[in-house]
Amino acid sequence: MANYHPLRSLYLTRLREFYRQPARLFWVYGFPTVLAIGLGLAFRSPSAATIQADVIESSAASQVVETIEAYNKSRTNPDPIFKLKINSEADAFRRMRSGKTPLVVEVKGPKSIIYHYDPSRPDAPAARAAIDSVLQTAAGRPDPVTTVDERKTEPGGRYIDFLIPGLIGQNTMGGGLWGVGFLIVNFRIGKLLKRFAATPMPRRDFLLAILLARLTFLIPDVVVLLGMGVLFFKVPIVGNIGVLILIEIVGALAFAGIGMLIASRAQSMETVSGLMNLVMLPQWIFSGLFFSSERFPDMIQPLIQALPLTQLLHALRRVMLEGAGLFDGDILKALGILTVWTVVSFTIALRGFRWT
Amino acid sequence: MSDLAIRVRDLRKQYPGRDGVVNAVNGLDLDIPVGECFGLLGPNGAGKTTTVEILEGVNEPTSGEVEVLGRRWATDATAIRERIGVTLQETRFQDKSTVFELTELFRSFYHRGLEPMAALERVSLETKANAYVETLSGGQKQRLAVAIALVGDPELLFLDEPTTGLDPQSRRQLQDVILGLMAQNRTIVLTTHYMEEAEKLCNRVAIVDQGKVIALGSPADLIARIGGEHVVEFALLGEPPSADTAEFQQLDTVLGVRVDSTGYALTVGAPHLAIPALLEHLETTGRDLARLTTRQVSLEDVFVSLTGRHLRDDETGDAPIEIKGRGRRKARRGR
Ligand SMILES: Nc1ncnc2c1ncn2[C@@H]1O[C@H](COP(=O)(O)OP(=O)(O)OP(=O)(O)O)[C@@H](O)[C@H]1O
Ligand SMILES: [Mg+2]
Repeated sequence: MANYHPLRSLYLTRLREFYRQPARLFWVYGFPTVLAIGLGLAFRSPSAATIQADVIESSAASQVVETIEAYNKSRTNPDPIFKLKINSEADAFRRMRSGKTPLVVEVKGPKSIIYHYDPSRPDAPAARAAIDSVLQTAAGRPDPVTTVDERKTEPGGRYIDFLIPGLIGQNTMGGGLWGVGFLIVNFRIGKLLKRFAATPMPRRDFLLAILLARLTFLIPDVVVLLGMGVLFFKVPIVGNIGVLILIEIVGALAFAGIGMLIASRAQSMETVSGLMNLVMLPQWIFSGLFFSSERFPDMIQPLIQALPLTQLLHALRRVMLEGAGLFDGDILKALGILTVWTVVSFTIALRGFRWT
Repeated sequence: MSDLAIRVRDLRKQYPGRDGVVNAVNGLDLDIPVGECFGLLGPNGAGKTTTVEILEGVNEPTSGEVEVLGRRWATDATAIRERIGVTLQETRFQDKSTVFELTELFRSFYHRGLEPMAALERVSLETKANAYVETLSGGQKQRLAVAIALVGDPELLFLDEPTTGLDPQSRRQLQDVILGLMAQNRTIVLTTHYMEEAEKLCNRVAIVDQGKVIALGSPADLIARIGGEHVVEFALLGEPPSADTAEFQQLDTVLGVRVDSTGYALTVGAPHLAIPALLEHLETTGRDLARLTTRQVSLEDVFVSLTGRHLRDDETGDAPIEIKGRGRRKARRGR
């Protein structure tokens, strides 16, 4: 009377296992939401930037401080405000070492200033340039070129617009690797894989059910992050949403394949955790999650371009922010590389898969 | 010939070990006819699980011939899997599935089989159908494992230590399930540490030690081979057991004497003659008993007489043995 179907049963089991664990729901949906909100607030476009600097106490220092105070009073709105602190030399350098101030200004005399800063700290050179420009202008430097500042705070060009596709892609990577890899190794450790192998269960159905479940969980994944981006941060979706979904699916399959490859022989949680981190860490660093991957040296660009997360993020951003279509060269290249990852990882994973 | 459920010839399985190769199974032969409940008995590490898992097709033998239901794993794997049911020594089922859902999942793998509810009824778990697996007790989990093994309506059932770790009541409950299956003429291969379980359930048993069958026959046969049907166990007050047992050997109807660290065990033909003779002997030599018990010869005695070792390191059997075993250990600690 009842109609039994292994693929359907396996798929339903996966779904139930997932939604019956509220803690897991938080990590998958709650965590990235909180992260995106936090980063969004941290990098929101402020009405005026505040630039901090410490000035070392000396007889000539008050002159500099007065110049800056005068500028602060006469500035018009989008121009930055300076917050200067006069400190002893020791205190000023201690504050810089502990990251509390990006710049220490040492005033040697009326016409002699030394700037101390760490050039690799992103806000330090900017602070130096801004203060220097104010001081030089006040001292009578002419500005021979007329410049106009066109500030980009419109949706589409802000950091949060860059960040949201990044978070979607990184969530897809995490879900694929942990969701597939951990699950399989857990089953292996619990001897459940062995128990399944002792039944006539079509093995293809077992693996297919895991993939289908993964793609299903992708829907809320993407909807939550994208919805939040669009509603809270007004992140635009310039391109075709269908193309976006296609890219996400292919990306999810690639990471599911890599997750399966990692889990195909591992016998312990320590092994998979180690391998997962080994796979994820370089992608977190190099794939352009928080800043563009083009900042890395040209020499390693071919490697970076080969990473699946690089391609997924790039394609998502191209479609979302720049409206690239399916037949755009970048999109086709990304889909191609992700497909190669999918096919290669699944082929190797299935060939070496251990049921015991 | 064709009504052999299992035929095994010269089965070997080697594992690479830290100090050389481990011969987990070392030249094992088995013939198990259809309809038999066959027990594999042996101490920890004897090779029972390895053997059974090779028969179940989830482990590869190093060498040897295996036929299951007249078929071979290399050529007929799916056909065999459709016809066998398995419980592994330990399986952690998916915690967040209900008992019914899990049974239904396994049912979906077989072309024909029982309704999931019918399988659960066989093991009296139907009232737990909607409970999450994680909420089941140890005994209920074991019964669930058996229900899942039954759901494909198998001709041949493998049960690897189904009752280990259960309290006596759950153990008896599961034994009743197995007796019920035997009434339906299924072939059952069972591994266990519990002799009384093998005696109760199995038509025949093989005693396995270090990967080999060292004795084979019905429990009654094996016990008869020891000669004598009763064991008289005793210890002397204030006197450690001595290896010189001649004084007990010559008592009336005593067939054999065994010494272990805690006392003596006499295999006797007639306890009503042997015990008075023993008491009289102690009386005349002026010694007192610390304890005296008598029981029937069991497969445990068969194993000890064959190997000089006990089947289990921790003797936690059914009631009488258990109490005695605990007392003995306590006494030893006390000294
Ligand atoms: N995967 C493995 N790798 C290495 N050695 C193994 C492996 N599996 C089993 N062994 C060894 O093979 C021998 C037989 O193990 P097996 O599990 O078959 O024993 P058993 O009779 O089932 O014991 P128990 O009563 O404890 O379940 C043991 O010495 C064990 O250490
Ligand atoms: Mg075992």
